Amino acid sequence: MKRRLMLLLPLLVFLVLGVLLFRGLSINPSERDSALIARDFPAFELSTLSEPQRIVDQGLFKGKVTLVNVWGSWCPTCRQEMPQLLALAKQGVRLVGVDYKEEGATEEERRRKGENFLRQFGNPFEVNVFDPEGTLGFDLGVYGAPESFLVDADGVIRYHHTGYITAEDVRRVILPEVEKWR
Amino acid sequence: MIEMIPEVGHYALIIALLMAAVQAVMPLAGAATRRPLWMAYAWPMATGQFLFLLLAYGCLTASYLLDDFSVINVANNANSMLPWYYKFSAVWGNHEGSVLLWSLILSAWTYAVSRFSRGLPPDMVARVLGVMGLVSLGFLAFVLFTSNPFDRSLPDVPMDGADLNPLLQDFGLIVHPPMLYTGYVGFSVVFAFAIAALLSGRLDAAWTRWVRPWTNIAWAFLTVGIALGSWWAYYELGWGGWWFWDPVENASLLPWLAGTALIHSLAVTEKRGTFKSWTVLLAIMTFSLSLLGTFLVRSGVLTSVHAFANDPARGLFVLVLLGITVGASLLLFALRAPRVSRPGAFTWLSRDALLLVNNILLVVMTVTVLLGTIYPLILDAMKLGKISVGPPYFNALFVPLTVILCIFMGLGPVARWKRMAGRELLARLWLSGLVALLIAAVLPLVYHGEWDLKVSIGLAIALWLVLSLMRDLWDKSARSDSRWTGMKALTPAYWGMVLGHLGLAVTIIGVTLVSNYSVERNVRMAEGDSVDISGIHFTMSHLEERRGPNYIAEVATVQVRRDGENSATSFVMTPEKRLYIARGMPMTQVALRPGLFHDLYVAMGEDLGDGSWALRIQIKPFVRWLWLGALLMAAGGLIAVVDRRYRRKLADRQAQTDIAQVREEATV
Repeated sequence: MKRRLMLLLPLLVFLVLGVLLFRGLSINPSERDSALIARDFPAFELSTLSEPQRIVDQGLFKGKVTLVNVWGSWCPTCRQEMPQLLALAKQGVRLVGVDYKEEGATEEERRRKGENFLRQFGNPFEVNVFDPEGTLGFDLGVYGAPESFLVDADGVIRYHHTGYITAEDVRRVILPEVEKWR
Repeated sequence: MIEMIPEVGHYALIIALLMAAVQAVMPLAGAATRRPLWMAYAWPMATGQFLFLLLAYGCLTASYLLDDFSVINVANNANSMLPWYYKFSAVWGNHEGSVLLWSLILSAWTYAVSRFSRGLPPDMVARVLGVMGLVSLGFLAFVLFTSNPFDRSLPDVPMDGADLNPLLQDFGLIVHPPMLYTGYVGFSVVFAFAIAALLSGRLDAAWTRWVRPWTNIAWAFLTVGIALGSWWAYYELGWGGWWFWDPVENASLLPWLAGTALIHSLAVTEKRGTFKSWTVLLAIMTFSLSLLGTFLVRSGVLTSVHAFANDPARGLFVLVLLGITVGASLLLFALRAPRVSRPGAFTWLSRDALLLVNNILLVVMTVTVLLGTIYPLILDAMKLGKISVGPPYFNALFVPLTVILCIFMGLGPVARWKRMAGRELLARLWLSGLVALLIAAVLPLVYHGEWDLKVSIGLAIALWLVLSLMRDLWDKSARSDSRWTGMKALTPAYWGMVLGHLGLAVTIIGVTLVSNYSVERNVRMAEGDSVDISGIHFTMSHLEERRGPNYIAEVATVQVRRDGENSATSFVMTPEKRLYIARGMPMTQVALRPGLFHDLYVAMGEDLGDGSWALRIQIKPFVRWLWLGALLMAAGGLIAVVDRRYRRKLADRQAQTDIAQVREEATV
């Protein structure tokens, strides 16, 4: 009898795993949007990716509708998203990147990883905020990458997109939203 | 006529699904109720399913080759400018097509089993084919209901396609997925055999001999598939990395580790009749991990929680499929696992015990990788926030475990079944161990000019593997007449083991040296500039723009000359920076000079203006050994398959079943 119970063990382990995987699926990122919409972009003071001496803050968004994209070189989905972002930049949308939680032993290595990524997959961003500790990401309530925020000319968040922006999203949502707040 | 092709494919796919349903139900029901006619459905259905899937797949390929952009899948993943061979491989360069390929390969394995199983008891084959039919049914339903590659956008047909992702326009990507899938799906055979054994309650040495060749072949394909993926990442991603521990890679490593454990556990079950439940569990685990890998990759839960939000139906479907398949198998296992197999009498120093250690270690490694891979999900479930587990975690656990595994691997082949005197083992192996340690300690000094503990450990275990194998070969080939006849008398199964273990040693040498002795330099270069790295001169002689079929490229010509050699032996490397027109996507085309002892690796970074470019130049010692070792391992797996034992016993088994049948008929 005891042995039969032992034999059930693999099934139990699998059931736990199954529940975890199911939860992974059922996390619905869009449900936590409302808190951010129509609020000011959180305050921050961080350096840019390419120039460690240049410090930028939320004033960056004043004056023009901006799509803020949170990415990282560790994020494979961000690679797939790049062509759509490049297309958006080509159509005149202003993009600002947040290089989120680069990993590496030194800051230099982290920056290099971010820059290599842009060199490799293209750089649609006017400027990239370097956020290695994820502080800005935390304030934005980011779960992972990629996520994007549309910020209007007054620095107010108007739209939040979790996950990878597809070509269809660009056409159906992003461009209309940009038009709406322009 | 051309417009009809996708519809024909779609139709063929539906027919294949129906055949899978028949194949899943009739043979299993027939075997349970002892109805030979029902069981006999298995064979024609396996053949028919294979043929119709081949037709469906052929139709999709034809739509790609003929630029039929009315098929949404083609429009999203190809372009009229794409060269034909990439159109051909673009079929599986996307979700829908790759799941179709997965199903096609599954049906090919099923067909192979139905063809090469003449000597097996028919009810066993019927059950095996039935189980494979069930798996196939699930996947074909997945294709048809959530990921139909034949969906069309009529009447608004796009003028041209969005093109294939440039990262995938590459030879490595043509061959990598089919190999990997063949490996993944190949484990469905041993899985089906395990389920059949649980259903029939028959799990004997003959069963094991049946399963071993199939397992080896699947494992060999998976090995090659993983190696190809690593090789592709190395030359295509432009960073010179060859393993990133990313979820997609881990997804392929998991079944490989479990499959490796399975191969060894099968050896014990065949030779000694023990470890039976364990073997069955490993067989289920290995295929489950293949399915889990498919789920992770296809649902996107891990690469990003969000990628999934695009199509929740798919992830859920695969998860349900996974739940049913694995859950039902494990339940069956809990209910029907073989009764306590005769406690195999072996002492703690014997081949049995060493293989047990091997299995435990491999399972621990599997769990380590699995935990690291799904760690984000665990944290998320416990509301601890989202953290990605990087290479440091994997290296910190995986590397020491590998070292321990290799120490035992040296002992295994030399040890005898049941019992081995410690003194004898020591007498045979002390010299190998000592020599390995000495050489490994000194080599870093000779090769690189300074001591290095990490390199020494890596080399020591690799040399230990090689030398202990040599010693074993020496002992086992000892004959009174000549060593040559002794060598010839060794079985292919033995040679397979030798090659497999040697392969791992070669890979370890590669990993150790390339991880510790690679040189990387980022330099700014304009026409005429040159740089010296480790005694090699790189001169950028020329820079020009070139047009490819679907891209524009900036091409640098770099002259390379080694120290102390004249210009006659110098050569040229031409890295490129490409811009793919349709997607506006830049790509780095690395220039590689492969060599057995080191690769030269030049990649173009970015345009720095004023005619100069950032160039990344790397020297990667022994990097080829990584993949060479994998090829050796795969070759080992395949050579073991030709062992006559498997076929001779088949004939014996045939005779036995014939007798059994006669007897059965006599009693009826």
